Amino acid sequence: MITTSGLTKVYRSRGREVTALDGVDLHVREGEVYGVIGQSGAGKSSLIRCINLLERPTSGTVTVAGEDLTALAGRGPRAGRELRRARSRIGMVFQHFNLLSSRTVQDNVELPLEILGKSGKERSAKALELLDLVGLADKAKAYPAQLSGGQKQRVGIARALAGDPKVLLSDEATSALDPETTRSILQLLRDLNRQLGLTVLLITHEMDVVKSICDSAALMERGRIVESGTVSDLLATPGSQLAAALFPVGGDASAEDRTVIDVTFHGESATQPVISQLSRTYNIDISILGAAIDTVGGLQIGRMRIELPGRYEDNVVPIGFLREKGLQIDVLDREPAAPGSAPVPKEPETALVKEGARL
Amino acid sequence: MQPLLSQACWDTLYMVGWSTVIAVVGGLPLGILLVLTERGGLLQNVVANKVIGQIVNIARSMPFIILMVALMGFTRWVTGTTIGRDAAIVPLAIGAIPFFARLVETAVREVDGGLVEAVQSMGGNTWTVVRKVLVPEALPSLIASTTTTVVALIGYTAMAGTVGAGGLGDIAIRYGYQRFETDLMWITVAILAVVISLIQFAGDLAARSLHRRGNRSGAAPRLRLLKASAPTTGTVQTTTE
Repeated sequence: MITTSGLTKVYRSRGREVTALDGVDLHVREGEVYGVIGQSGAGKSSLIRCINLLERPTSGTVTVAGEDLTALAGRGPRAGRELRRARSRIGMVFQHFNLLSSRTVQDNVELPLEILGKSGKERSAKALELLDLVGLADKAKAYPAQLSGGQKQRVGIARALAGDPKVLLSDEATSALDPETTRSILQLLRDLNRQLGLTVLLITHEMDVVKSICDSAALMERGRIVESGTVSDLLATPGSQLAAALFPVGGDASAEDRTVIDVTFHGESATQPVISQLSRTYNIDISILGAAIDTVGGLQIGRMRIELPGRYEDNVVPIGFLREKGLQIDVLDREPAAPGSAPVPKEPETALVKEGARL
Repeated sequence: MQPLLSQACWDTLYMVGWSTVIAVVGGLPLGILLVLTERGGLLQNVVANKVIGQIVNIARSMPFIILMVALMGFTRWVTGTTIGRDAAIVPLAIGAIPFFARLVETAVREVDGGLVEAVQSMGGNTWTVVRKVLVPEALPSLIASTTTTVVALIGYTAMAGTVGAGGLGDIAIRYGYQRFETDLMWITVAILAVVISLIQFAGDLAARSLHRRGNRSGAAPRLRLLKASAPTTGTVQTTTE
């Protein structure tokens, strides 16, 4: 639905060059919720603004719903008619809502329809229908200043849907909201995704957002996508930074001669009592350093960090047993700083949470 | 005395009224153009921006009485005379246009860039942005700017007496100052004070009622403040619930 290839954005100011996007290849399939996560300055904002060409990419192409937007853009800095028409088919919601304070809620939702040249009757019918859809039918005549943050974002979403878009871009839509409101807004986005078959591309710095609604995710660092894929694939990838950040388990080895392993349970295996089987079969004492069960992208996933007595060499057989049971095993610190060992999950997580508002 | 004052009042209002209308009609587009053509603006054009800005600056810093004299040729071309009320309107309006344009520029620049981006993302063009965002969102400030302009114009009209335009200021100078009819001077001063207060009051009322409708809880300025400090304070948490 959305494809970018070799997308590059370089900002030039006073002789200095800043590369915000460095050859980004993104592929968002129709009907999925795709999350791009990264720290402040990683290029997320530039990326989402290049999708509807609010920012002109320096090079590379953007294709939305089979239409090459970069070709429509023309050369001039201003958007031509073709590009503007294409933009009207892409909805966008913003971190700070960007509602016009001089207009009522209903008039805000009608704005895109005014731009499309719809008649007054059509506009108000559509606006009221959309306000009903986002649960704000009773606030049509209120002004944005009279609404709470969550309600404002609902208006923003209703407005974004006014042009019947197939694609919705979400620019940190929940970053200015409290956790409770964030959940309800994400739920709304998820419902719209399911009900209307809406493809959603969202950028965020909150892992929880990816965890609760994304089908696929990409991690951005310094203008590049360093990891991407469906959430379930990422979680099944040993050593994935995103998986570790999505699902952190903590805990350090209690002594030198211990083996610490991360066990990830997917679907079927989550229901079996493997740990007690392991303990009984091999007669070993297992201590649990950390564990969590969560629903990520609609899948039940469990992750546990356990400690087995003895070094890795002593535990090859029990680990083999666990692998045989269909569990995903990551052995930590087999050799100090071994390549491919799972990263300490704490680091990426805190790094990703620490983030300013916008680029 | 009575007809003299009422005629003067009428002259003042006539000159101020027309020159305000012309100042708004001319200054509004000029002020908006100043914002649109600046670096990073929607119609970025550094040369045009510099030229307009320079003209506005020169016209603004010109003392009004000199502007009036300097414009006499132009005034004659427009109105056919350089004397009287109608002739005074020309320099008054030309003096007020750049004044108002600068105020418009400041007011329009205050509009959140995110709103412009939102309208662009809906497929709106520059004209849509001006019509649907910049002017309506800046309206309370624009009304306050108009009030300021009207008050400044009342001050300018005092000098219009030098071209025989009449008005309250002219009475105060000719009768009050030159003929030592102090009571007449004080009456004109009182009338001017009342007129200015009424205009200011009406302007404030209009601006505030619009503003209140828009930002009743004062959420918007707070949000802007947060946005500015966001990079240093980390995650933005706005609780307007």
